[in-house]
Amino acid sequence: MLYREAGDFKTSYASDSQTFPIKFDRIRYWAVMAIAFGIVPFLINDYWANAVFVPFLIYAIAAIGLNILTGYCGQVSLGTGGFMAVGAYACYKLMTAFPEVSIFFHVLLAGGVTAVVGVLFGLPSLRIKGFYLAVATLAAQFFLVWLFNKVPWFYNYSASGQITAPERTIFGIAVTGASTPAWAKYLFCLVILTGLAWMARNLTRGSIGRQWMAIRDMDIAAEIIGVNPLTTKLSAFAVSSFFIGVAGALFFSVYLGAVEVGEAFGIQKSFLVLFMIIIGGLGSIFGSFAGAAFLVLLPVLLKNILVGQLGWPTDLAAHIELMIVGGLIIIFLIAEPHGLNQLWRVAKEKLRLWPFPH
Amino acid sequence: MTAQTPAGAYTTADGRQIGGVVLEMKNITLRFGGVKAITDISFDIREGEIRSIIGPNGAGKSSMLNVISGFYVPQEGEVWYKGARRAPMKPYEVARQGIARTFQNIALFDGMSVLDNIMTGRLTLMKTGLAAQALWWGRAQAEETEHREKVEKIIDFLEIQAIRKTPVGRLPYGLKKRVELARALAAEPKILLLDEPMAGMNVEEKEDMCRFVLDVNDEFGTTTVLIEHDMGVVMDLSDRVVVMDYGKKIGDGTPDEVRNNQDVIDAYLGVSHD
Repeated sequence: MLYREAGDFKTSYASDSQTFPIKFDRIRYWAVMAIAFGIVPFLINDYWANAVFVPFLIYAIAAIGLNILTGYCGQVSLGTGGFMAVGAYACYKLMTAFPEVSIFFHVLLAGGVTAVVGVLFGLPSLRIKGFYLAVATLAAQFFLVWLFNKVPWFYNYSASGQITAPERTIFGIAVTGASTPAWAKYLFCLVILTGLAWMARNLTRGSIGRQWMAIRDMDIAAEIIGVNPLTTKLSAFAVSSFFIGVAGALFFSVYLGAVEVGEAFGIQKSFLVLFMIIIGGLGSIFGSFAGAAFLVLLPVLLKNILVGQLGWPTDLAAHIELMIVGGLIIIFLIAEPHGLNQLWRVAKEKLRLWPFPH
Repeated sequence: MTAQTPAGAYTTADGRQIGGVVLEMKNITLRFGGVKAITDISFDIREGEIRSIIGPNGAGKSSMLNVISGFYVPQEGEVWYKGARRAPMKPYEVARQGIARTFQNIALFDGMSVLDNIMTGRLTLMKTGLAAQALWWGRAQAEETEHREKVEKIIDFLEIQAIRKTPVGRLPYGLKKRVELARALAAEPKILLLDEPMAGMNVEEKEDMCRFVLDVNDEFGTTTVLIEHDMGVVMDLSDRVVVMDYGKKIGDGTPDEVRNNQDVIDAYLGVSHD
């Protein structure tokens, strides 16, 4: 009964176009923020941080990034893993070259480097569309992973070929390296995710977001009303790659600590993030969160139930997980192509009219 | 009549002032491989007038519109806009010069709401950069509100208030056509190109659309180029009419002149070959 627009009168266009037009949604949003910032950091331990929260936060950034490119601008990309690797290696090079600069700026700069690389690999999108573009980005994926393997400069000539994050602190508290407390990892990622998600929301509701969606929905009509396809597509590649680069930098420095490029940023990563936005919902910020949460939580949940409760062998559980994810993707593509976000929206729509739907 | 009155300016029967030439097509020829879609056509469009292009199917009307809006570059001939020769340009550059159009087959952005569709029409007038939009800072929010106000005026004008937040994909055909007109108007165009705006509509919807075309011309002084098959509509709305057949111009003048032109009658009714 609380979920109503009635009585919540909008008196300005600014308040009419706000993110959560219904009061209950706004309260819920602030409640989630309060729990995320005020309560979770005090309760979190290493298991929860490493198994659930930190990967969720990082994948959410990557999913928002890919959703901007694929969901909002309609340009299919299979290069997410490669771009995350660019972010990770850029972050590593910056961390080792400028140890006195804060890691916060390294992460953002790594995003900037990835944006430039993303624009370069986005150039073919001006000529090719759909599956052909997907193949072109696939080339980016394999080329970038090959590059980081073959050129020793990128991993500072280390014998193992791995990159390892040195310890870096913010306000005297370690956020990377072995001695990082769980809550610091969590908060560092949460702050960056919150900022980026807010920016993504602003971009997608404004003029640039409408240009992206115009290109996605009908590129010829978009051009006729004045959308420059060149700058619009490339800006989508730049913004998307920035997000994915930041995600890659955090994935390497905060989450894994040490990375071997083919293992951490292979083609599986590209597909994983793509599945997140398909299951979560293309063209939606909330969908990116939902998809990331779903695909991070599902393996944890399955492992706890199948291995922990039923005592199945671990490899069997791992294979069943693959089958379930694959099946879910097919189900979603057939039954609900707009993903969890659409289910959520339909539920809200129903709730708005409940209990008198007529 | 003042001294500034451009040559050829005239006053219509209902008292509207028609100004000088704003767009002039000079000897346009357009070929696709060996097929000539348009052959050596010249005509002009004057400021404030409703200019129709008519002709049987396949006459090259839509091709002509595509030449004006930059989709096709003619092999021969020149386009003169606002008194200067227009170099070949991309469609989005044409849009930025103040030429908006609607499509024969509706070309709306189905995934977006009516409001967002119309707001997209204003993007050539919006100036905030990427960074400011990302931070929703400074001009970004003020500009959004400013343009929303203009868009709301168009929504009121075309009487589509009730559907402003509806996704376009859910609308019936007639309303989609109206939203497309709204999106074109949102750009505050100098010239509005309408490619069969009444195709597939019932009588009432046609009457509404005619009213909107006339009102737009009347209130905003928008020069309108209209392609339409309904002769009743064309003859009632137009100030001057170009008639095309097989890519050639066979008539040009006021509706009355065109109606009595023997070539035009032949093209539409056929000639006996005995």
